[in-house]
Amino acid sequence: MNKIISNKRINKIFNAVGLGSTLFGLLILSILLFDVISDGWRRLGFDFLTSYPSRKPEQAGILSAWVGTVWIMITTALLSIPLGISSGIYLEEYAPKNRFTDFIEINIANLAGVPSVIYGILGLGLFVRGMHLGRSILAGGLTLGLLILPMIILTTREALRAIPSSIREASYALGATRWQTVRYQILPAAIENILTGIILAMSRAIGETAPLVTLGALTYIPFLPTNPVSFSKTIPFAHFSLQGFFDPFTVLPIQIFNWVSRPQKAFLVDAAAGIIVLLIITLLMNGLAVVLRQHHQKRW
Amino acid sequence: MIQSSQNKSIRKLKEKLIERLLFLCSLFSVFTTASIIYILVSESIGFFKVVPVFDFLTDTQWTPLFTIKHFGILPLLSGTLLTTLIAVLVAVPLGLTAAVYLSEYASSKFRNTVKPAMEILAAIPTVVYGYFALLFITPFLKKFIPGLAGFNALSAGFVMGIMIIPLVASLSEDALHAVPNGLREGAYALGSQKIQVAFWIVLPAALSGITASIILAVSRAVGETMIVAIAAGQQPTLTFNPLVPIETITAYIVQISLGDTPHGTLEYQTIFVCGLTLFLLTFGLNVISFKLKRRFQEIYE
Repeated sequence: MNKIISNKRINKIFNAVGLGSTLFGLLILSILLFDVISDGWRRLGFDFLTSYPSRKPEQAGILSAWVGTVWIMITTALLSIPLGISSGIYLEEYAPKNRFTDFIEINIANLAGVPSVIYGILGLGLFVRGMHLGRSILAGGLTLGLLILPMIILTTREALRAIPSSIREASYALGATRWQTVRYQILPAAIENILTGIILAMSRAIGETAPLVTLGALTYIPFLPTNPVSFSKTIPFAHFSLQGFFDPFTVLPIQIFNWVSRPQKAFLVDAAAGIIVLLIITLLMNGLAVVLRQHHQKRW
Repeated sequence: MIQSSQNKSIRKLKEKLIERLLFLCSLFSVFTTASIIYILVSESIGFFKVVPVFDFLTDTQWTPLFTIKHFGILPLLSGTLLTTLIAVLVAVPLGLTAAVYLSEYASSKFRNTVKPAMEILAAIPTVVYGYFALLFITPFLKKFIPGLAGFNALSAGFVMGIMIIPLVASLSEDALHAVPNGLREGAYALGSQKIQVAFWIVLPAALSGITASIILAVSRAVGETMIVAIAAGQQPTLTFNPLVPIETITAYIVQISLGDTPHGTLEYQTIFVCGLTLFLLTFGLNVISFKLKRRFQEIYE
């Protein structure tokens, strides 16, 4: 009898401890958010978004950083999304069960666990030196593209696996080929889940600092990449250029890292303001992914 | 009739082409792994021609940028292990308790609200955690630990632990979830209480999956870069004192990358040797975790 009572007490205690452990991380998260916002919100403003980095902390801004982030993300997306979805489709819908496919699968699982800083070394050896791309937007974007490729492959596969095989069988029964089945039945049904995974992967890429630092991305960039479109008053009026992809760059997290590393206290305020911008982007993307996932959870 | 059979063969060709194209895309990941290994190994060979492997593994000093150069990985390794240990000591008890609570105790409504919120912890960019460790946690801890240096392993490890809580919690919860209900019901039928079922029946049954999640957390902590680069310091010292500045393998890679080390020199090659060490460490951990995870899936599926 005593034992039952003491067990009941332990039960109650664990209920409290469990709740505490679950909420502890969230408590720290709110302290972090409060700390960063109280440090940096005063610096936020239109000027902060439209100024280049500067030696004077009060005048410094994140213009080249956020523009660089946009350029890098476009490059990353162009590489990783088509490649990731295609590989996912192949492995889930086409690949025969043999040792080679097994090998590819294990390989992708391992790649997903390789530390991001090693992708930086890969980018340094492969893109910066091997392909002579230099410390350019192209080299940075491709490096991050390779980094999130395994994530996109894995989420694509999961999304495709969630589609019941009856859909495939019905499509085959109507005479559709394998590609027609994938293109018109499977992909449209899975696209929301794939999109969720892509948003999460991109949000991770936006916050990555280590691989780009390892690549040798510069921390002080007081200019923008060459505009892809420029206009003139003479024929042909508009000029297109891909030069921007070969320009040096910085990104938001690198700019923040640079400010955090400065000895002057005033730059820490800039860092906090930059962090607020970065957090808004990351949290919006993650929120969007959660909403997408909850609203489109189909029951088959 | 002729036209339709022509259409058919064109369609077949198209199907074949598409399959080939998709296959080529999936080969890209193999190419990535091969490139990583090739780059790390080929540059490391050059390094080991000058520095004997034995010295690399046993020398207790790491001073590639000084006049008297030492290339012993041990100080960097001890720094990495120290921050990892602290992170795991934070993340495993909290993450595991949260997993048991969410899986066995919490209402599904609570679980569905808290889990996405917890995932935010894993989504925060690491440079933000670095800022937080350096400028909030360290000054805060200094109030209680007077000997704490401005850069130290304790704050960096603690914040890293907070970051990997969701990893431990969600993977462990998956493992707990995979335990069949029959086991729980059997234990209840024998008169067990909830706490007994959770800790004596479900937890041991999910042990291999939980271990897999812990090892994955260790691997994540070993490879984490920005938090330690910002908050733990840049002084490779062979110590397990969490209060003084240290340097991890990853932080060293960042430190060298920020400087102007010329290509081809021995100092430059240290990036790749450190990368190789890091790669082997995390690869080993990931393989063990992968195998353990497969085992618990085999048992209950």
